[in-house]
Amino acid sequence: MENERKLTIARAMAEATAQEMRIDPSVFVMGEDIAELGGVFGNTRGLLEEFGKERVRDTPISETGFIGAAVGAAQDGMKPVVELMFVDFFGVCFDAIYNLMAKNTYFSGGKFNVPMVLMTSTGGGYSDAGQHSQCLYGSFAHLPGMKVVSPSNAYDAKGLMTAALRDPNPVIYMYHKGLQGMGWLGTEAGAIVHVPEESYEVEIGKAAIAREGRDVTIVSIAQGVHHGLKAADKLAEQGISAEVVDLRSLVPLDRDTIRASVAKTGRLIVVDEDYHSYGVSGEIIATVTESNMADLKAAPKRIAYPDVPIPFARVMEQHCLPNADKIVAAARDLCGAPVPA
Amino acid sequence: MQPAKDTLAWMYEKMVTSRRFENAIEKIYMEGKSPVFNMADGPIPGEMHLSDGQEPVAVGVCAHLNPEDVVTATHRPHHQAIAKGVDLKKMAAEIFGKATGLSGGRGGHMHIFDADVNFACSGIIAQGMGPAAGAALSRQIQGKPGVAVSFIGEGAANQGAFHEAMNLAAVWKLPMIVVVEDNAWGISVSKEASTAIQRNSDRAAAYGIPGHYIPGNDPLKIYEVAGEAIERARRGEGPTLIEIETYRLAGHFMGDAEGYRPEGEKDGLFAKDPIPAMRAKLLADGDFTEAELDDLENKAQAAVDEAISFARESADPKPEDALTAVFA
Ligand SMILES: Cc1ncc(C[n+]2csc(CCOP(=O)(O)OP(=O)(O)O)c2C)c(N)n1
Ligand SMILES: [Mg+2]
Repeated sequence: MENERKLTIARAMAEATAQEMRIDPSVFVMGEDIAELGGVFGNTRGLLEEFGKERVRDTPISETGFIGAAVGAAQDGMKPVVELMFVDFFGVCFDAIYNLMAKNTYFSGGKFNVPMVLMTSTGGGYSDAGQHSQCLYGSFAHLPGMKVVSPSNAYDAKGLMTAALRDPNPVIYMYHKGLQGMGWLGTEAGAIVHVPEESYEVEIGKAAIAREGRDVTIVSIAQGVHHGLKAADKLAEQGISAEVVDLRSLVPLDRDTIRASVAKTGRLIVVDEDYHSYGVSGEIIATVTESNMADLKAAPKRIAYPDVPIPFARVMEQHCLPNADKIVAAARDLCGAPVPA
Repeated sequence: MQPAKDTLAWMYEKMVTSRRFENAIEKIYMEGKSPVFNMADGPIPGEMHLSDGQEPVAVGVCAHLNPEDVVTATHRPHHQAIAKGVDLKKMAAEIFGKATGLSGGRGGHMHIFDADVNFACSGIIAQGMGPAAGAALSRQIQGKPGVAVSFIGEGAANQGAFHEAMNLAAVWKLPMIVVVEDNAWGISVSKEASTAIQRNSDRAAAYGIPGHYIPGNDPLKIYEVAGEAIERARRGEGPTLIEIETYRLAGHFMGDAEGYRPEGEKDGLFAKDPIPAMRAKLLADGDFTEAELDDLENKAQAAVDEAISFARESADPKPEDALTAVFA
């Protein structure tokens, strides 16, 4: 469309944050390199210029300190947006996240709320090795008390950010580097979509049907959704109709949408760039097998990152990552169509 | 403590090796990345943190170390690795992600590990400090010789691990030296904007240990102060915290537009490039002739050329090798 305004996820996140900052003086942003630089991944660009140093602050490299500080500020009437530059760095600050941010509402019997957003980048595929390429979706989603979202496109990115900023609870906002729209990282074209100028929310906890289909359900999040969509294109050429479910939120998880889709197709593939075991893929499969075993025409499959640290070398990393071809092979297998040699 | 002539020669040669190595890496890193710069492309993908300008720190400290001494390094490890004696060919191959690399391509540039010379890295800020304290503790318990040196950036002093490991080292009098490379920047955030005091070495007082600040990015001064601290640790008298003023001549990583630097800062830094400065000093002091220094440079270049060719010509790992070496 001619007057379509397409944004990257980075710009959509910054726009949503700016719009909330204009109407809610309690919102402020802090993190490493988020002020003058506008975030290593661009998602706070322009905020310093518009809102100044008081509300947009570069921090020391002190994640335990400033994420803990965000918890305290949130409990005291502010609405902090903090950034953990790479999710891999959660190791140095997780207590502030899962023992404080996520539990203080419960511990206080609801007397304290912790309304804050923790933005963090996920994902690899560009040879950044094992401390800068993880997704860790399952690690965060596993622990109670925090919502977890991850957009696959700029429309959802803006709406989820606005919803997160208006939520009275802590929200982990995981953005995938490969979708972010930073030229220097390469970008998934499908993530750059039309984004309305006005403010809007995408409901946290509501999945989207990214593509409708009849024969097999592909469930994923963030970059995995794009792998699923590409696989669905290829499968369509081979006469297999795939439905792609974009979870958008991991907590709360929209189990109804997953179940309804599998009830329709009878087949399930979960695509997860996070580690294979004890994670999102197992949870999605359990969601189905706990309730609609009878709907399943074949055992579900998962295409996830193997249980190994992420290697640097391109050939090794690419070998491990989910991709469209792996999904196509799994779908053909599920549908009883042999994989062509 | 003044270095003997052969030590001076070693220091100069290693500084030049490090610089030439990074010049080569810098050029190859850009292969396949133009006209569109995408970090994922080319023979060396991923992030690349160069240490150009910071070579004096590495040689001034490592001149006092033996292979048995332990070094932990950071996301910017090349200069320290070279000064510590990490195998240059295998390190180059690792940076290329080749099967012949130190870790068979599993680690890459931010994860340089060479057990032969007790060298290890972490790309997570300040996370080399705990392991350095642990290595020092192990030497103390086992009565084995050797000290541990943890190199960190000035930004890392604001990380919890810094404080915890410093206090451990001090309370247990561990043979450990913490070397803070103060290049004035943590990515785009200046030391001034992130750190409540001017000199992190002043924090030594909080642990009751000696602290030294060395201005000027001067390899000889660094050699002197580090030498005393390392001797002290070897005598069992405990840790020292040293902060060194140095300069990052490159961006934080390759592709960094460096818009955060004040105008003219880079020019000023290049004017103070420590390698030509050391060459001039060695000549002025009459310790070396032009020909001797040229020889050292040629030796350095030959080692770099050999390492880069080795890396280029080595085979990629097998893709499925990703699944091996997770457990011992
Ligand atoms: C715990 C942690 N937080 C943030 C980062 C991202 N990061 C990588 S390098 C860097 C700046 C480090 O500055 P400094 O310690 O001064 O080292 P320099 O880069 O200047 O050598 C940051 C913030 C990280 N790797 N680990
Ligand atoms: Mg620094």
